[in-house]
Amino acid sequence: MNALTRPLAHLGHAVLSALAALGRVSRFAGATLAHLVRPPFYWREFLHACLQIGWLSLPVVGMTAVFTGAALALQIYAGGSRFNAESVVPQIVALGITRELGPVLGALMVAARVASSIAAEIGTMKVTEQIDALTTLSTHPMKYLTVPRVLAATLSMPLLVAVGDALGIWGGYLVGVTRLDFASSTYLANTADFLEVWDVGSGLVKGAVFGFVVALMGCYFGMNSGRGAQGVGGATKSAVVAASVLILASNYLLTELFFAA
Amino acid sequence: MIRITDLHKSFGTNAVLRGVDLHVPKGESMVIIGGSGTGKSVLLKCILGLVTPDSGIIEVDGQDVTKVKRDAFLARFGMLFQGGALFDSLSVWQNVAFRLLRGPGRLPKAEARAAAIEKLRRVGLTPEVADQFPAELSGGMQKRVGLARAIAAEPEIIFFDEPTTGLDPIMAGVINALIREIVEEMGATAMTITHDMSSVRAIADRVAMLHGGKIRWSGPVAELDATPDPYVQQFIHGRAEGPIESVR
Ligand SMILES: Nc1ncnc2c1ncn2[C@@H]1O[C@H](COP(=O)(O)OP(=O)(O)OP(=O)(O)O)[C@@H](O)[C@H]1O
Ligand SMILES: [Mg+2]
Repeated sequence: MNALTRPLAHLGHAVLSALAALGRVSRFAGATLAHLVRPPFYWREFLHACLQIGWLSLPVVGMTAVFTGAALALQIYAGGSRFNAESVVPQIVALGITRELGPVLGALMVAARVASSIAAEIGTMKVTEQIDALTTLSTHPMKYLTVPRVLAATLSMPLLVAVGDALGIWGGYLVGVTRLDFASSTYLANTADFLEVWDVGSGLVKGAVFGFVVALMGCYFGMNSGRGAQGVGGATKSAVVAASVLILASNYLLTELFFAA
Repeated sequence: MIRITDLHKSFGTNAVLRGVDLHVPKGESMVIIGGSGTGKSVLLKCILGLVTPDSGIIEVDGQDVTKVKRDAFLARFGMLFQGGALFDSLSVWQNVAFRLLRGPGRLPKAEARAAAIEKLRRVGLTPEVADQFPAELSGGMQKRVGLARAIAAEPEIIFFDEPTTGLDPIMAGVINALIREIVEEMGATAMTITHDMSSVRAIADRVAMLHGGKIRWSGPVAELDATPDPYVQQFIHGRAEGPIESVR
């Protein structure tokens, strides 16, 4: 192989293995959905996952939203003042948070928190033969471990996004009225008049997709963890990276789908 | 009855099982011996379908295990894993009662708990450990909880992967007696892996030695000492010198 074709061969190889991985992940997602609709359903595991993934992620998602909304208000004010458009702060903050930053940043924080812990937990169960033990006890690991987590993340992520939306707008409002001399009533009225249902709705749909992606990546890499502590470490890292990249990529695709002219 | 015919399994270039033939009659206790890393645990996992063999046939009661309904098939088995494999998110009694709390014939919680505590007693653990978590127990205690879980649903066929490793001699004796009792009183078929020769003599009806990916020798436990096979002799007497290379 000469110097010219070698990079091409490497590229081809990389593309092929990426496609193969995508195929495996899709099969895993398909299996998850197939197990979701067939009984038994493990309620206790599901509620536990809702607590872990949804409720306990509230503080981190909430804080992310408040600070993002606050910074956004400052930036839009500074940028808007260049062409005398300072007054659009409430509207742009509301739009930016509900359509983009609320779902995306919230999901990235949840990916860091949840995809890693799911991958580490399931990966450890794999290397200590707990997954094998589940099977021998007539309990399907996909039903017992994957389905409850994926469903819990898919359902609770939109709720987290909704809370994040409210807190993000509140962050912008605080900066708006304390630092940028907006009247409280004007700020709120502008936000409320401007926002449309689909601005918020599209963000919630994005949240559901991101929640699915986060839990799916955690479970997929956990279930396919290598052996030993190193295997679990690798699985955890891969889960967070894959979940983050997939969130950003699917965010683009969804935005294209929802808002392309 | 379990019949294994010409079973092969490799992991990459590591050919672990290279044509295993083995027959375990119903209601008997078969003990598998063999050097560390010869594939004893892999053999048990192949039977349960946790590891997919490369080739060969495994039949349980004359039925090919790849063609049976998995749930009904697995419901007949109990397995003690070499590392215990306890669920660390569940308390000890919930581990032991795992199967009793789920599936079609599930018991009410209080009954399942009582059954779990009874099994714990049989493996020499007090009711106080029932509400502890596996991580709070010593290695030998975890092993015994794993044993209690394996026998909890009173399965027809039970696999024990090194049941007495890590136990003190008295507790090892208790466990050996328990396994013997399960075979004799419940009529279970047992396959036990062990390195402990006193366990072999206490538990086994028949013994099989795995070496080089094949069953090197198998026969009734009474013939174990008399067999002229140099591999078996070296193994049961724990000699460093002999046909089995000890330093590789
Ligand atoms: N999942 C796996 N992936 C790769 N190799 C494996 C796997 N499971 C087992 N092996 C290999 O198969 C061989 C046999 O392993 P096994 O656990 O069956 O040994 P064993 O006879 O039970 O030994 P011991 O008495 O020490 O428990 C080992 O070389 C091990 O590295
Ligand atoms: Mg072993």
